[in-house]
Amino acid sequence: MRHTISVVVQNRFGVLTRIAGLFSGRGFNIDTLNVGPTQNDKVSRMTLVVVGNDQVLEQVVKQLNKLVDVLEVHDFKDGDVIDRELILLRVKATSSTRPEVMQICDIFRAKIVDVQSTSLSIEVTGDESKIDKFLQLMKPFGILELSRTGRIALPRR
Amino acid sequence: MGCDLLVQALEHAGVDTIFAYPGGASMMLHQSLTRSKKIRTILPRHEQGGAFMAEGYARATGKVGVVMATSGPGATNLVTGIADAYMDSVPMVAITGQVPTTAIGRGAFQETDVFGVTLPIVKHSYLVMHPGDIPRIVAEAFHIATTGRPGPVVIDIPKDVQKATAQVTWPAPMDIPGFRPPPAPDEVALHEILGLIEKADRPVLYVGGGIITSGAEADLLKFARSTGIPVTTTLMGVGCFPENDPQSLKWLGMHGTVYANYAVDDSDLLLAFGVRFDDRVTGKVSEFAKKATIVHIDIDASELNKNKVVHLPVLADVRLALRNLNQLLAKRSHSHLPKRFQKWREKIEGWRKKYPFSYSPVPGRIMPQQVIEELCRLTKGEAIITTGVGQHQMWAGQFYDFHHPRSFLTSAGLGAMGYGYPAAVGAKVACPDREVIDIDGDGSFLMNVQELATAMAENIPAKAIIINNQYLGMVVQWEDRFFSSNRGHTFLGDPKDTQKIFPDYLPICQGFGVPAERITKPEEVRPALQRLLASKTAYVLDVMVPYTEHVLPMIPAGGTVKDIILEPMQLGDAPLQSEVPG
Repeated sequence: MRHTISVVVQNRFGVLTRIAGLFSGRGFNIDTLNVGPTQNDKVSRMTLVVVGNDQVLEQVVKQLNKLVDVLEVHDFKDGDVIDRELILLRVKATSSTRPEVMQICDIFRAKIVDVQSTSLSIEVTGDESKIDKFLQLMKPFGILELSRTGRIALPRR
Repeated sequence: MGCDLLVQALEHAGVDTIFAYPGGASMMLHQSLTRSKKIRTILPRHEQGGAFMAEGYARATGKVGVVMATSGPGATNLVTGIADAYMDSVPMVAITGQVPTTAIGRGAFQETDVFGVTLPIVKHSYLVMHPGDIPRIVAEAFHIATTGRPGPVVIDIPKDVQKATAQVTWPAPMDIPGFRPPPAPDEVALHEILGLIEKADRPVLYVGGGIITSGAEADLLKFARSTGIPVTTTLMGVGCFPENDPQSLKWLGMHGTVYANYAVDDSDLLLAFGVRFDDRVTGKVSEFAKKATIVHIDIDASELNKNKVVHLPVLADVRLALRNLNQLLAKRSHSHLPKRFQKWREKIEGWRKKYPFSYSPVPGRIMPQQVIEELCRLTKGEAIITTGVGQHQMWAGQFYDFHHPRSFLTSAGLGAMGYGYPAAVGAKVACPDREVIDIDGDGSFLMNVQELATAMAENIPAKAIIINNQYLGMVVQWEDRFFSSNRGHTFLGDPKDTQKIFPDYLPICQGFGVPAERITKPEEVRPALQRLLASKTAYVLDVMVPYTEHVLPMIPAGGTVKDIILEPMQLGDAPLQSEVPG
């Protein structure tokens, strides 16, 4: 099953390696990983999306809790969490296709951040299903480059 | 300077002994150690020996074992000891010198990323960047190493940090908000445990290293007495319950007693206190204690439901849990309990009588089991015994009766050969008034033989008995059972002259200035052991035994009690049909 795990950690070197090691040591690939400071600059929040066996992931969460630099761990299930992702992409756009790309951007409330003669650079945020849908629609035009932040998440309460 | 701050911080932490091997990146620290009046520095002859000494010291006392090495190879030589401390939950602080911060990442001479190398085998680790952090880091390291489930903490200190100065205050406040002590035992769960005991017919206490770590042996004895529940321990728990007690089933698992394994298999309530359901205990885990309701008390939340999903997991310090259980028992009328389990204990007695540990003497040869039985008689079971890893380790556990915790020091989880003699040296430093004897194999002993030099130079009278069969005995046993006795590089003697005893430990010991003797006949065992015990210095007794002896009983890896092997192999026995044993 797919898990979104949010880990609040002390902002110290080595923390990322300790956490990543708990996954790699069990042969788990981390799908997405996002790290950034919180309202407290001594504390960072990491959001990991991992696919794996529930029982093994429960064990990983317990091991995360054991790390001295880890302050809080949440394993989010769908529904009790707000999640977003930001992506930047460059799409092929000639004078004939540009209006259509811009129209789709409008619908998705995506921002066009750069215009070149043969391409458009676009910024879009949203939850996973929105991002996936948007990318699906962009694909026929030709996605030249793509960069995703990975999911960030907060509990609703 | 940073180096002096470190030594002061160690003194503040109550350190009286450090096992330390110097080198370029740690010599500043050694210079400071020469100025300390409180700390005895013991120079091992190999960093791995130093790490095992620190473990022996820690396991014999419960205090933190402190080891230090230089950067690069010095530090990597500590890795096995750190991994061992991690597996067996031994409180250890390992200090390593590091190349100067300006040289880190440049492939400097003797540079290794020790912080990175040790990440998966430490409870926590530090790379010190500012000398002013040293007092806080050392205080945190000792707190983390000893609090909750103990484990090793690494402190890596670059040479320029050792040289730099800083203003500090003592005592240094700790800053580890993410490190929390376990909650108090849940009252409801404890009541539920008592309810389960009331309802049970065939309960068994399966207790382990957690009892020793938390100092719960008296509470365990009281609990066992007032309930009448039979007690089996893990190898890590040996000594936490007196093995000469009628309620003791000794230890369970692959080479444990038949009656302990049968009792657990037949039990309807398994009280697993301070254990971790290791595969050497459970065999095929899905079949382990299949009929039982299982209660698991452990201080480490990650152990609950890890290897075995249990019916009642309880997160608690097992000593507090047992203390509270005893209080609750005192309030209830429970005096009927020991009587209630009388029948169950009698059933186990039947197994005990039918299946004691036993061996068949080979005429004219010394049997390894005989040596250990005799040693137990001569020392009245009061010595601290350390071991290497293999057949001799199992026989030491089987044929020596342990009455006290912290008396059987063995590399249980990691199974690190070479552990025995340095661990004995460390234990002897910590407990100079107790007899400390390493029961070792010829393979294991050779792995850290250089520590005889430490024992002699530092006047540490740690003794060693080499159960010498010229083979890697445990692997040979598996070759016999699973691979038609085809020898895959398990002969340790001289292939050019298989009749010769090789290596010859007598001149080796002589070179170290350690008195040694070799015996080959059964009648020599007792007087030779008496000479070993009478020695005021380190002493080595080389005992030649047949290599054909197997450790029995044996439950093959991944097997169940149904697969238990009780009989020695007979000529022409077919190899066991099993998946490749692990």
